[in-house]
Amino acid sequence: MADTEKKKVIKPIKNFSMEEYISSGHRACQGCAEVLAVRHVLKAIGPDMIMAMATGCMEIISSPYPLTSWNIPWIHVAFENAAAVASGVESGLKALRRKGRIPNKDVTIVAMGGDGGTTDIGFQALSGMIERGHKVIYVCVDNEAYMNTGIQRSSSTPIGATTTTSPTGKLEPEGKSTWKKDMVAIAAAHGIPYTATACPTFFTDLQKKIQKAKEVNGPSYIHILSVCPTGWRVPPNKAIEYGQLAVDTGVFPLYEVENGAWKLNRKPKELKPVSDYFKGQGRYRHLDERFTQQIQDKVTERWNKLVELCSEKPEK
Amino acid sequence: MTKPMEQISWQEIEAGGVITEPGNASCYHTGTWRSQKPKYDENACIRCWRCYVMCPDAVISPDLEKNIFVWNYDYCKGCGICAYECPAKAIVMEED
Repeated sequence: MADTEKKKVIKPIKNFSMEEYISSGHRACQGCAEVLAVRHVLKAIGPDMIMAMATGCMEIISSPYPLTSWNIPWIHVAFENAAAVASGVESGLKALRRKGRIPNKDVTIVAMGGDGGTTDIGFQALSGMIERGHKVIYVCVDNEAYMNTGIQRSSSTPIGATTTTSPTGKLEPEGKSTWKKDMVAIAAAHGIPYTATACPTFFTDLQKKIQKAKEVNGPSYIHILSVCPTGWRVPPNKAIEYGQLAVDTGVFPLYEVENGAWKLNRKPKELKPVSDYFKGQGRYRHLDERFTQQIQDKVTERWNKLVELCSEKPEK
Repeated sequence: MTKPMEQISWQEIEAGGVITEPGNASCYHTGTWRSQKPKYDENACIRCWRCYVMCPDAVISPDLEKNIFVWNYDYCKGCGICAYECPAKAIVMEED
């Protein structure tokens, strides 16, 4: 009896900040996993940060003028230039520090964008930022379509998903017919020190990756899959579960690339079939067995390729 | 805490779209959106923090003195993540 009593005392949670940097009162939909991802990212970085955010879901829900949900210095910029503004902030701080106008304190610069602001519209600014080598963490919160304007396809929308601009019909029964853009591989191809994928369902992994990115001397890119109950047509209470399924089916594997070395962070013993992940999602409702099998084959192929990449030892 | 959004007049707004008070969106209570309300059973709760960690609206906080978790119903949107994710089934959603 005494044992069970002991178990039921709230113990302080380890390595987890109790501060909230995005305050309650934001207008995110019920069960939004994207704002949960942002909450964990901010907790991992701490108060000494400046954020530049591209237009997108996270911007419109958090800053209905003249209100703001942010408890940190935050600037809203247009869709295409979050990375460019973050580079400017970083360079500006460097210059001010050199002139002795501000105290020499470590400030983390973060640029954040949705999948539209990263993979489509802000792509060249991101590539430029990475190439110039600014010490900025770029976080992409990927909900796989332009959700804030009403679910339009982006280049990050996965194959087979219906959106309002890639509907299923007679000519294209599969919905979106092209594969999702592999942003982490593109970022890694720039030869940057750190890039990774994450998911708020695995929050310790997410926070660890953000802290790693913070320590790195140079640009880093974190791609976070965040379930959107409204756009994916799932019930709001299952947002966390679908994140888990995406990882366990191999649709969105968790891995990191550190100085050219690939590493898998979560390797299920056996991948679940992708149909487990598709089941219950309204955006995949039209998929028949043939399409599901085609997608399954490609997912398995990509997974095997990734496992191979991760088992290679980097050349020294 | 600042005034509600509809009481702020244009004369009080800073130039250049600058907002000087951090986190003032909390004057807006998103709890009014709710149709279902989480009900917490402290006897079944195993104090694992999962609801606190997974809440997108950050409305759950620990009350260390009373040894329970408390919900801030001013902001809880009633998404049901806490009830669905609870490993001990200590949270149930009921009509509000």
